[in-house]
Amino acid sequence: MYMILVGGGNVGVNLAKRLIQRQHEVLLLEKDARQATRLSNMLGEEHVYVGDGCELSTQKAVGFGRADVVIAVTGEDEDNMVVCQMAKVVWSCDRVLARVNDPSHEEIFRQIGIDDTVSATGIIFNLLEQQIAKDELIPLGALAKGNIEIVETVLSSRSPVVGRRVRDLTLPPQTNIVWILRDGQGLVVEGDTELKVGDEVVALLPSDRAEELRMLFVPTKV
Amino acid sequence: MMRVVIFGCGRTGSSLGLMLAKNHQVTVIEQNPEALRRLGTRHQCKVVVGSGIDEEVLERAGIGEADVFFAVTRGDNSNIMAAQIARLKYKVPKICIKVADPHRADAYRKMGFECVVSSALIAGFMSDWMTEQPFRPIDEYNTLCEELKL
Repeated sequence: MYMILVGGGNVGVNLAKRLIQRQHEVLLLEKDARQATRLSNMLGEEHVYVGDGCELSTQKAVGFGRADVVIAVTGEDEDNMVVCQMAKVVWSCDRVLARVNDPSHEEIFRQIGIDDTVSATGIIFNLLEQQIAKDELIPLGALAKGNIEIVETVLSSRSPVVGRRVRDLTLPPQTNIVWILRDGQGLVVEGDTELKVGDEVVALLPSDRAEELRMLFVPTKV
Repeated sequence: MMRVVIFGCGRTGSSLGLMLAKNHQVTVIEQNPEALRRLGTRHQCKVVVGSGIDEEVLERAGIGEADVFFAVTRGDNSNIMAAQIARLKYKVPKICIKVADPHRADAYRKMGFECVVSSALIAGFMSDWMTEQPFRPIDEYNTLCEELKL
């Protein structure tokens, strides 16, 4: 596959290394000439191009039109947005992937049609949340352009659902409990499954129902 | 009276703000507090320090109730991103972006944004001034840009 990466920082260079190892045709764009020279020494000059990935002339020169995927991994969300949007709109590139530094920008990326985004900040934040917060609904991921969410909660003794069977819960519409992790073992969820303290419950639901599920599972704060 | 939010207090943003503040309610967003000096000491604008691609900053500037949004910083991509947030998230009805790169302006114009390319305007005005032709509508200068043909 022909993969164009925009942004020769740490993320870009390490990603490029791995993709080159996998025998892909990889081109890393970097606008700073000195940084590009360093990258050429590391990756081989056939894998590096000096230029601004936001500019049409660069996009034309490196062949955005025949790229299988364009990946924007600069440290600036606005640059990543413009690279991906122009790849899609001007060059009809099917697959684009953007690094999003400020997780609150993920929604606007999705709204303009950049469906694949990765936010290191968001991922680290979610991991920390999982370790810290009992009795909170933690988003693990999103499907269908963010319309469906996968959420997890860890039940404390104060959760109102402890001791109840799954079939007796009034779940929000279209909500499924898909998995319970108990004592390090995954459980297949059945109607008779009784919820216990310490259970990690994973559910799949439409994102606008998350608040209803939270109300059901999470004890009201005193 | 219109409620106007301007992102960027450079020469363009400050002139625009001062000009509009006589008859409209103007808020200026600027990251660099030093740049706000361009507004002088007796201006009528509300000022918010921060970035126009930060939703919290936009909300403090009253983007939710704005009739018009101008993105006029030096950064084309910041302007474009701020404009898209203003359009999609806050449904601002009138949006105008300053874009230095005529190709980028062309791409976003096709997506329905009003993009002004200042270098193209100046070149067009000057050329018509020299040949003593009447000045044309702004969009003609915007799109007649020679650089676009390269």
